[in-house]
Amino acid sequence: MSKYYEPPKQSKLGQLFDSAFLLVLVYVALFIPLILGLTGAGSTTHIPEEVNWDTLGQNPTMQAQWEKLGYTPDSAAEIISTRFDYTINPILLAITAIVIIGYFVFLVKVSDKEYREVIREKFDQ
Amino acid sequence: MSDQTANGSATAAVEAAVREDRVGLLRVLGPVHVWALGVGIVLVGEFMGWNFSVGKGGAMGALIACWVIGLLYTCVAMIDSEVTSTVAAAGGQYAQAKHIMGPLMAFNVGLYLVMAYTMLEAADALIVGDLLVILAEQTGYEALDPKPFVILIIAFLAFLNYRGVFMTLTLNFIITAAAFVSIIILFLGVQPWQPGAMLKHSDLLTDLPYGWIGVIAAFQFGIWYYLGIEGTCQAAEEVRSPSRSLPLGTMTGIMTLLIAATLTWYVCSGLLPWEYLGQATVPLYDAARMTGSTTLQIFLFVGTMFAATASANGCINDASRAWFSMGRDRYMPLWFGAVHPRYRTPYRSILFLIPIAVSFAFTGLLDQVITFSILSGLLGYTFMPINMVIFRKKWPLGTIRRGYVHPFHPIPAIVLMVLCITTFFATYLGFGVQLLAMMVFYIVVSIWFSVHRYKYVRRSDQFTMNWPKPQGY
Repeated sequence: MSKYYEPPKQSKLGQLFDSAFLLVLVYVALFIPLILGLTGAGSTTHIPEEVNWDTLGQNPTMQAQWEKLGYTPDSAAEIISTRFDYTINPILLAITAIVIIGYFVFLVKVSDKEYREVIREKFDQ
Repeated sequence: MSDQTANGSATAAVEAAVREDRVGLLRVLGPVHVWALGVGIVLVGEFMGWNFSVGKGGAMGALIACWVIGLLYTCVAMIDSEVTSTVAAAGGQYAQAKHIMGPLMAFNVGLYLVMAYTMLEAADALIVGDLLVILAEQTGYEALDPKPFVILIIAFLAFLNYRGVFMTLTLNFIITAAAFVSIIILFLGVQPWQPGAMLKHSDLLTDLPYGWIGVIAAFQFGIWYYLGIEGTCQAAEEVRSPSRSLPLGTMTGIMTLLIAATLTWYVCSGLLPWEYLGQATVPLYDAARMTGSTTLQIFLFVGTMFAATASANGCINDASRAWFSMGRDRYMPLWFGAVHPRYRTPYRSILFLIPIAVSFAFTGLLDQVITFSILSGLLGYTFMPINMVIFRKKWPLGTIRRGYVHPFHPIPAIVLMVLCITTFFATYLGFGVQLLAMMVFYIVVSIWFSVHRYKYVRRSDQFTMNWPKPQGY
């Protein structure tokens, strides 16, 4: 028969510290990369030398809609000419795949170990 | 010394409440509230965000992504229906993970819910601010700062949530219905029965600008059409009749979203060049501007404001309840597991998440804030097929009573896993660094839970269902 696990009581200071840790982690891992511009869309912009609706590849209906939106060829050029860069970097792709797969393997393995303790206490007493 | 005593007795009081009578949330909600909670959170996805899929794959690519991701959500609905109808405990996917996979997975699933909803709330507040800036510019005032409005809307909705869930979700029902009506009015206003009169699909729709890899890339924001509909499960503890209200509210919610998504794509792709649509902040409002009708413009302004407000409102509700549940189970500090003595709401959790939502809304980076929300949702969907396979393995059919058994197992689980992997790849295309940043967050927090936080978790409390011992344990 297994021993019933009695968790320690966490002090209020400990709870405050844990809450602060999570807040800091959110800001360090997610917020700071965002405001430093480290994340976001990888894209390229190729504006034609001569900018007009034709060189931007816009037919008469498209031109009319852009103008209704308040754009000129010059102000619309960057929006029209910016494209996502879908070049695949095999190393970065492999790292990303390993990180995601490794994360889930870790979750499943460790969760199962903890789950066995839960089941032992629930059913074996 | 006296402080320590006071702290100790306060902690003991919360702990006693949690362990002995589990201070309950009020059971006051019906199917319309469940519909309002689900659709209220997701409907804003028709007013903003979905159109970034046009930027990644073109207008036709976005439509294909909408359908394929619809298949992903069909698998989610099939799997979730079986597990939710069997795990009759509050907390939705979080409770499922606790009973089927274990504490660390449950902790992560709880965090997925919190982060997905908090980032969505930030995006909603950002939209309210941006829409007011656009309105100010159109009326000749160029220098409006959106930040005070961001704070104001989050503070107001947090106050409503603090005061009580019934008032909060009744308000959501009204403003969600009004937002949905505004989409219908716009659709009728552009005279869809006269192609070419106002809608110019034949001239505005182009070939796939990036080819088929762009279509796959568009899956990332295709999630935005539906993200959060599974949040209806979060209200299980506050619904009067969960077995009737939850399926009814969720199913009518999905039907509402399918109609709204179809109408939205059709109207916007017939009025706006795809390059503009692919980066617009408020595409439906822009579509209304293109009609030249001031009345439609006012309707869509109000509709967008209402949709963003309803969504933020539902997100505060869901995120705080997930955080509260984790506090009650000691996955988070027990302090968060308290219910307000008068309003019976998880008030501490509501207040704690406000600064995170405000900070991310202040960045103004809508596509990236949305991507954080999408990635947390996607991680949650990746958990589901693993959970389903393990669930059937630990309790094969016939060993426990299931409310619903989904057909063709394991095909939905396999399809869901394939679509999740494809959507991770779609996010890598263009947002690879952000994907890694999100994974770093979840890896670090998982290690923190395993080496530090788990010791505070009472083991046997993590399994409350009256089921036989799982096979293999």
